[in-house]
Amino acid sequence: MANVTYQDATRVYPNSDHPAVDRLNLEIGDGEFMVLVGPSGCGKSTSLRMLAGLEEVNSGKILIGDRDVTDLPPKDRDIAMVFQNYALYPHMTVADNMGFALKMQNVPKAERQERVLQAAKLLGLEDFLNRKPKALSGGQRQRVAMGRAIVRQPQVFLMDEPLSNLDAKLRVATRTQIAALQQRLGVTTVYVTHDQVEAMTMGDRVAVMKDGILQQVDSPLSLYDKPGNLFVAGFIGSPAMNLIEGKITEGGVQIGDYVLPIEKSILDKAKGEDTLTVGIRPEAFEVADKGIAVDVSIVEELGADTYLYGTLAGLSDDAKVNAQQIVARTSARHAGKASGSVRLAADPDQLHVFSNATQQRIS
Amino acid sequence: MPRFISAKPDSRLIPLPWETPLAEWPVDLLVALPRGLSRHVVRFIKVGDSVYAAKEVISHLAEHEYRLLHDLMRLGTPSVEPVGIITERGSVGGIPLDPVLITRHLQFSLPYRSLFSPGVRQETVSRLLDAMVVLIARLHLIGFKWGDVSLSNILFRRDADTFAAYLVDAETGELHTHLSDGQRAEDLDIARTNLYGDFLDLKTGGLLQEDLDPMQLVETIRTRYDELWHELTGVEEFSGDELGRIENRVRRLNALGFDVAELDIQTDADKETIRIQPMVVDAGHHSRRLMRLTGLDTEENQARRILNDLDTYRWRTGQSHVDEAVVAHDWLTNVFEPVMEAVPQELRAKREPAQIFHEVLDYRWYQAQRECREVPIIEAAHGYVHDVLAALPDEEMNPELLVPVVENRRLVNPYDPSMGYVEEGEEPPHDPWEDGVEEAPAAPAVLDMSTLLKAKK
Repeated sequence: MANVTYQDATRVYPNSDHPAVDRLNLEIGDGEFMVLVGPSGCGKSTSLRMLAGLEEVNSGKILIGDRDVTDLPPKDRDIAMVFQNYALYPHMTVADNMGFALKMQNVPKAERQERVLQAAKLLGLEDFLNRKPKALSGGQRQRVAMGRAIVRQPQVFLMDEPLSNLDAKLRVATRTQIAALQQRLGVTTVYVTHDQVEAMTMGDRVAVMKDGILQQVDSPLSLYDKPGNLFVAGFIGSPAMNLIEGKITEGGVQIGDYVLPIEKSILDKAKGEDTLTVGIRPEAFEVADKGIAVDVSIVEELGADTYLYGTLAGLSDDAKVNAQQIVARTSARHAGKASGSVRLAADPDQLHVFSNATQQRIS
Repeated sequence: MPRFISAKPDSRLIPLPWETPLAEWPVDLLVALPRGLSRHVVRFIKVGDSVYAAKEVISHLAEHEYRLLHDLMRLGTPSVEPVGIITERGSVGGIPLDPVLITRHLQFSLPYRSLFSPGVRQETVSRLLDAMVVLIARLHLIGFKWGDVSLSNILFRRDADTFAAYLVDAETGELHTHLSDGQRAEDLDIARTNLYGDFLDLKTGGLLQEDLDPMQLVETIRTRYDELWHELTGVEEFSGDELGRIENRVRRLNALGFDVAELDIQTDADKETIRIQPMVVDAGHHSRRLMRLTGLDTEENQARRILNDLDTYRWRTGQSHVDEAVVAHDWLTNVFEPVMEAVPQELRAKREPAQIFHEVLDYRWYQAQRECREVPIIEAAHGYVHDVLAALPDEEMNPELLVPVVENRRLVNPYDPSMGYVEEGEEPPHDPWEDGVEEAPAAPAVLDMSTLLKAKK
């Protein structure tokens, strides 16, 4: 078991003018489930591959425990890529399918059997050990593949978009299994995904990346509750946070004909700026008599909730097409009132304020 | 209605029952050709005289593999030819069917399950491993990280006395401008593990020649790869008075079947030390030359053999001063074509033309040794057809030939070797993890505080 440390780790691809991963500093605790997430090209996969030894680290360091692994070949790093090979060998038993790589590494037979048995117990595959794999279901096959990584007893598990190659049904089952298993095993795990829902529901902590730069690393709840900058605010949450720009005025931010009250201490942090961006999650809106004026174009009822989609009031029909969409989630009882033009009040405790100059959170 | 994406559409594929899961297709549309293991449903389908491999796989993987196979073809790497993707196949029980990726069946290919089986000669094994190593090195040279090198993902074709290996599965592949040492090392590590598993499986199934040791086989692969890679890309340093070593290096690479497109030569200030390193090498040195001269499309070693015969022909017919291309045309008309014409139509499915020619040359050599005389090629061709070819099994496409039959054991599904053999009286054990799988909640559509709090529990 070990922690993983990236120290100013940088990867620049040949013929590229900007780094794919730019001075990444990240400390992953012993036994922690760390998810790297971000849009395509953000550097998350490259970061994982640097740890795996597949991508050169051009500057900076990577440590596993106290060991500097920056220049070690992949096989000497004591890591395991999970789901690297799925092929199940039809003539071998499930036990041999799980443990054959240990045989190649000359692990003594008794130890091999013990490790396989322990992994099988964890994976609920004990009764299958002497069976041939042909009758296994898709989910059971996935567990055998996980077993192959577990019996190696690595210090770190690496998973690069492990669910992306599975069909919808297997994806759900496997996601749950990975999370449960990681918890029971307590092995440090680095998991890469582009899917924020996957990231936020699986990770102990989530590192959000964009353009090779780490934006924020925090627990899922904190990321949701206190996004550190505009990118994270817009990226985390579904439907996404409404990010509305407004002019700074006395006592708040002017949005249309309404001044959204914001504490002076926060406004003071944006000295010299004319505008600010206010972030309001859809569920932080409520239809009210006073608030931001919105022209509602679609009302969608989903169970107990009603989603209102619209644009800031007062735009011409042409302008509406390209205008930013405002989304509000209210309880169904407000649905009746919610057609045409409405006013949306934001819960003052759930306001996120960002500087447009620095893109950083100031509330 | 199913939708076809294809660069070279075969209209006979369109009426097939794409709305049915591949595993349930009527057997009259399928051929039970031998093949490797796969975690997806794979079937060989026959339309007219053509055979295609069809693989049911999720959408983005199908597209990814289709594109990569195209790239590999464009880069001249031995791989199967992508034909198309069939999408929008409808759904069964509310679950949409995955797309199907179609590739052309590689004619005259020999799958590994028959090649390492009992009775195989050590020499053959050695050549199979070499072919595999050359394939991996060629892929690495063009920046392709395979990710899943395994016997199941390779097909072999005869190549004179040796074999040529082809890539058949690019699902996990990635094409980079250049592979790092770590990427190559990992690919090789995966190859070793997978191949070790493959060999162990063959051994357990009674399909591996007894004296072959899986461990030794995979170690051979690693050593040979390292040697080949070093020859292909390694730096060589020598003193300024050994300039001949530059040409030697090029010759050695040619002999291995590679052309040197760019060689980096550096000298130090006083020109005492020379340092050379091949920067760009292309496989197919002999096959390209033969193709240019004759238009024959062959494997590398077949080409080498045919080129030797062409050179001998030039010398024997006193045409040393004549342009090589002119002699080649002459040779094609007077030697190659008459030999091919000596092979009756019904025997042509047994071997590829270039392989037949190679075997005729062998036959002639043995006959000449035996009878202590010069044997005309046409006479040798007739002798070969009569003594050898007629008795050989068809290799163009022959299911029975290549599925090794192990005593009293029957495949669960002749169309899918991944299922293994039938075993009697098996009830799968109860698996509590599978209970409630059907009801497992789908990924939440909304990501808000309550979803996060629920996930935390």
